[in-house]
Amino acid sequence: MNIDSIKNGIVIDHITAGKGMEIYRLLGLDALDCQVAIIKNASSAKMGKKDIIKIDADITVNTDILGYVDPGVTVDTIRNGELVDKKKTELPERLVNILTCRNPRCITTTEQELPHIFRLTDREKGEYRCIYCETKGKTS
Amino acid sequence: MRSIIDIKELSVEEIDELVAVGKDIIANPAAYAHKCEGKKLATLFFEPSTRTRLSFEAAMYELGGHVLTMADAQSSSASKGESVADTAKVISCYADIIAMRHPKEGAPMVAAMNASIPVINAGDGGHNHPTQTLADLLTISREKGRFDHMTVGFCGDLRFGRTVHSLISAMSRYPGVRFLLISPEELKVPSYVKQEIKAHALSYQQTTDLVSAMPELDILYMTRVQKERFFNEEDYLRLKDSYILTPEKLASAKPDLCIMHPLPRVNEISVAVDDDPRACYFKQVLNGKYMRMALILKLLGIR
Ligand SMILES: [Zn+2]
Repeated sequence: MNIDSIKNGIVIDHITAGKGMEIYRLLGLDALDCQVAIIKNASSAKMGKKDIIKIDADITVNTDILGYVDPGVTVDTIRNGELVDKKKTELPERLVNILTCRNPRCITTTEQELPHIFRLTDREKGEYRCIYCETKGKTS
Repeated sequence: MRSIIDIKELSVEEIDELVAVGKDIIANPAAYAHKCEGKKLATLFFEPSTRTRLSFEAAMYELGGHVLTMADAQSSSASKGESVADTAKVISCYADIIAMRHPKEGAPMVAAMNASIPVINAGDGGHNHPTQTLADLLTISREKGRFDHMTVGFCGDLRFGRTVHSLISAMSRYPGVRFLLISPEELKVPSYVKQEIKAHALSYQQTTDLVSAMPELDILYMTRVQKERFFNEEDYLRLKDSYILTPEKLASAKPDLCIMHPLPRVNEISVAVDDDPRACYFKQVLNGKYMRMALILKLLGIR
């Protein structure tokens, strides 16, 4: 398999093998016009297998989503064929409109326009709680 | 500009300061009678709770301030579809401080995020009710003279009782406090509350037996065991009398026990206990008004 190397764009690397499609969906990459390559099960010295996403356009990706779904993912920015920025993602302190509060007594259930905001309450366990009602967040 | 939504937002030092102001108001009410002249408190109650509303309103009047009330807020703005955020912005144009009660958890926080004046959470569903906890703390301080090194018993519905959870959380910050958690199996304290006690390296014991716990207690905080909380009526009928406080059950209690209850009570404390000098639950109501006065002063930045 041969995939063109990127001149200007983003490489999302070190994705846990099998999570590539989920990240593709969550980042809304299906809406892009440019070339996007998802590489599944690439071999990695560190991880054994990993997924990689290459995006042939200099877009901004939501690193909060990446950090939440798969902490440890790296985001490389490439310009004129050179690596100009490398970011390692981690669990973000706040998640805005990524998790939805499921507590029927929460104010977010009656006020639809309110952003669903979750705060990281336990980094080790990766636990998030709704800022309004303190209910634990669950991934959908 | 600061709001109070959760008792945990107040540091131990700030609680001490509020308690000190509360006691000073009790000692010198005249010195506070004009502190809030020209200021207006808006009480927005989207759920009826006449007692809490009257306590806030009495507090503001005793500070020389005025009160704007939206007594039946649930039938006015909310039913017309106005959001909590918009209500907060509108009321900010009229008042200097808001006390808000709402059936939905987090509504006062949304108000605080949108208001340009301080917001006090006067109860959001079964979630937070910080001024009740302040009332409890002033009562403990006045009756015991301290917050540390004592055995605090909580009895009744410890699973759903938010006043219990908040007071445990507030008392967990003081050294040498021991908790005796007295409840039916079905209504034990949730695990996050126990974790909070452990996180402060304090100890707790769980029991179903009020009478055997009684001799150890310095404080007994009673709550109601509601029939709706049980799966079947037999369990309720079998258990309910064990968690009703009577003069007989107090026979083995310490002479300086402090008996507390967030009120209203139904029958969980027998009326015969009311004349016992150890009954502090009506004092708690009065203390609630003083702490609301202290909190209003603090949030308005008035000394
Ligand atoms: Zn919530």
